[in-house]
Amino acid sequence: MSTTIEDGTRQDAPPPKPSRRQRQAAAIADAASGGMKVFFVKLIALAIVDALAVYAIFVLIAHAQWVPMVVVVAVTAVVNWIYFSRKKLPAKYLTPGVIFLAVFQVFVLLYTGYIAFTNYGTGHNGSKEQAVSSLMASSLERVEDSPTYPVTVVEQGGQLGLLVTDPDGDASIGTNDRPLEPVSGVEFEGDKAVAADGWTTLQFADVLARTDEVTALAVPFSDDPNDGAIRTPDGSSGYLYVSTLEYDEAAGTMTDLETGTVYADTGVGAFTAEDGEQLLPGWQITVGFDNFVRAVTDARLAGPLVYVTLWTFAFALISVASTFFLGLFLAIVFNDLRMRGRKIYRVLMILPYAIPSFLSALVWAGMMNQSFGFINQVLLGGASVPWLTDPLLAKVSILIVNLWLGFPYMFLVCMGALQSIPDELQEAATVDGAKPWAVFRLIKLPLLLVTVAPLLIASFAFNFNNFNTIYMLTDGGPRDSNAPIPVGFTDILITMVYKVAFTGQTRDYGLASAYSIIIFIVVAIISIIAFRRTKSLEELN
Amino acid sequence: MAAQHPVPGSQSGLLAGEVDEFADDSTRASVAVGDAPRRIPTKRPFNFGRWFRQTGWRHIVGVVMVVFSLFPIVFVVSSSLNPHGTLTGSNALFSQIGLDSYVRILSDPQIPFARWFANTLIIAGVTALGTVFLGALAAYSFSRMRFTGRRFGLITIVIVQMFPQLLAVVAIFLLMSTIGDLFPAIGLNTHIGLIMVYLGGALGVNTYLMYGFFNTVPASIDEAAKIDGAGHARIFFTIILRLVAPILAVVALLSFISSVNEFVVASVLLIDTENQTLAVGLTKLVSNPRYADWSAFSAGAVMSAAPVVALFLFLQKYIVGGLTAGAVK
Repeated sequence: MSTTIEDGTRQDAPPPKPSRRQRQAAAIADAASGGMKVFFVKLIALAIVDALAVYAIFVLIAHAQWVPMVVVVAVTAVVNWIYFSRKKLPAKYLTPGVIFLAVFQVFVLLYTGYIAFTNYGTGHNGSKEQAVSSLMASSLERVEDSPTYPVTVVEQGGQLGLLVTDPDGDASIGTNDRPLEPVSGVEFEGDKAVAADGWTTLQFADVLARTDEVTALAVPFSDDPNDGAIRTPDGSSGYLYVSTLEYDEAAGTMTDLETGTVYADTGVGAFTAEDGEQLLPGWQITVGFDNFVRAVTDARLAGPLVYVTLWTFAFALISVASTFFLGLFLAIVFNDLRMRGRKIYRVLMILPYAIPSFLSALVWAGMMNQSFGFINQVLLGGASVPWLTDPLLAKVSILIVNLWLGFPYMFLVCMGALQSIPDELQEAATVDGAKPWAVFRLIKLPLLLVTVAPLLIASFAFNFNNFNTIYMLTDGGPRDSNAPIPVGFTDILITMVYKVAFTGQTRDYGLASAYSIIIFIVVAIISIIAFRRTKSLEELN
Repeated sequence: MAAQHPVPGSQSGLLAGEVDEFADDSTRASVAVGDAPRRIPTKRPFNFGRWFRQTGWRHIVGVVMVVFSLFPIVFVVSSSLNPHGTLTGSNALFSQIGLDSYVRILSDPQIPFARWFANTLIIAGVTALGTVFLGALAAYSFSRMRFTGRRFGLITIVIVQMFPQLLAVVAIFLLMSTIGDLFPAIGLNTHIGLIMVYLGGALGVNTYLMYGFFNTVPASIDEAAKIDGAGHARIFFTIILRLVAPILAVVALLSFISSVNEFVVASVLLIDTENQTLAVGLTKLVSNPRYADWSAFSAGAVMSAAPVVALFLFLQKYIVGGLTAGAVK
């Protein structure tokens, strides 16, 4: 494996350009060797891909998703062109991976950038129309003295609907999303419609079993949200409910009919009263740099951002340094052939590296528990050291656990690097009268650092986003009660992103994405500087 | 730190032996004879002080480090064997031995441990195979073919993989929930969806590792096969893939372990408890303050770690070789 270097350089020299005859010969050989079997395998694989694409295109058209539809058509066309073409050989090998890379790495990166400029999150996750209908639906109140409508709960494709009989005897059907419409093929039982074509009538037992869903049904009376909706408390009789809010589409305002307050669309993504009160849910809008500005200028957010960033750097740097020095020390200690049992020591010491890190971190969290943990109870004889709940000690604990998790890797790497240093250097130095320590410090260590430096950078980048250790061990805690977001004193940037986006009462996707972008920029700058220094990119020829 | 003690007698011989011994470790382990080839130049009476200064203290370091490495492992194994233990009850190591807690975690209807286990194996296994396949295809074309945009492609892979998917988790969640609205079979809360997201990282550092290894296989082999009439597909599938099997094993294992370990994307995409992986399920289990059955959790942890550790030890020499190749590079 150590032959990589010389072979790599030799391989990378471009081969002489083949002449026309050579290319023809290669093409003929290719065609002759493929055979019909390979061709059929290829044909079948492409047929499957195309069939799936056609299905996807129909679904996308049905949902009026035009941009994704065009993308699917284009990608399918390109894939067919590549695999039916006689040339395009590199593309044939690269396309499958590149498609996944493009969708799940590059696209999501760009999409993260877009979300960072929106107010996407709890209360702002749909269009304005959706916000209007959901506001109207959530403020429904029963109209007094309204007629009672006999209703039957029906189902179609897993979605519940109501079959409503008018006082006139006409039947109509609707669901939460579809306003009432007259239906055909209705079966009556007395004055009450009980079944309709294309719909399954729910039996009494089913209605009981799905009470929550049934009572949550609010079937709009017509296209105009101000007309109200039919709801049924018991699954057999429905009443007209009308919203206490009135929507004026022309003026774009919501009026609370009880208090008379007018909520207007002031461009902040929600109906806002003059005193600043907002009706939620609102809708999604682009807010420009607001999230970034908020992250760095809002005092309650800027404070956590600063200490989280500092701790992230400290955590990554100390983790790399501590694991590297322990690993190097051990590599030197065990790099002595006179020592017996080195293999056994090595296998036992790399066990922490073999165990999935989320499990190790959870086990350490148990052992470091303040009142019941092994460390306090047994090793310290019943002490009550707040290993994971004191802001400073929690950081120390994290560094210790991360040292435990990380030193075997550095040990293995340093072992390999030490053994690849030519012995002649040491001999020459010894002959010149150098002491062992000088040989190590002046010759071995610099050579070792040259080879290990890229791995140290990679390790830094890994620890910079080392989610598992932090999240499983302390969950970022102890919690900072002053911050408006669920952030704690041992959170690193990536756990903060996760918590802002996915935990707590309100999810703020926009702010989380803005934090992500800030991390992107920091990582990019560090990587560029690091690569400039180590010139690792020189190997890419 | 007295790093290197000069060896009395034939130092160069010993150090040469050292390099040989390393080659044994990583490439031809079957040849390794005993612990190390030892050459003792002259017989001298045993002197404890000299022995301690030269190798004895190394054993002390070794023992200390082994204790440090093993004690959480011993703790979790001990508490998993405790028939009914809370966290406190697990502190007396190996006081009681029984397999009750294994039975408990496997049969508790509240905890679908077997499902989590199967989900994890399926997701990590398919991801590992997919990553190896997609990565090997790409590495082959980068290594063997010269085309416009090759250098750009290599640099792009290096740069894109610097930004972990972790950071784009919000966008991944929103993308998958949109896909789920249109195609429920591959969207949110599906294993296929999660595997697809993981495969987004297939062309990453692993491809780069494989690319380096592919370069060590002489191109003359390809040329000879081509002259004999083999097409590119046959060369790739029947010749090259066999020659690079060690690096494929390393990449598959690294990919397997990282998918087993992956928490963030899995926890966001897999919503139903039944669908979750071990990382998500077990983490949520112990973070629940009402859950007090520490020995059942330990039993689960031991069972979850066992296959990974076994694979790791089985492929150890390849992994060490792979890491070392990275280091040497």
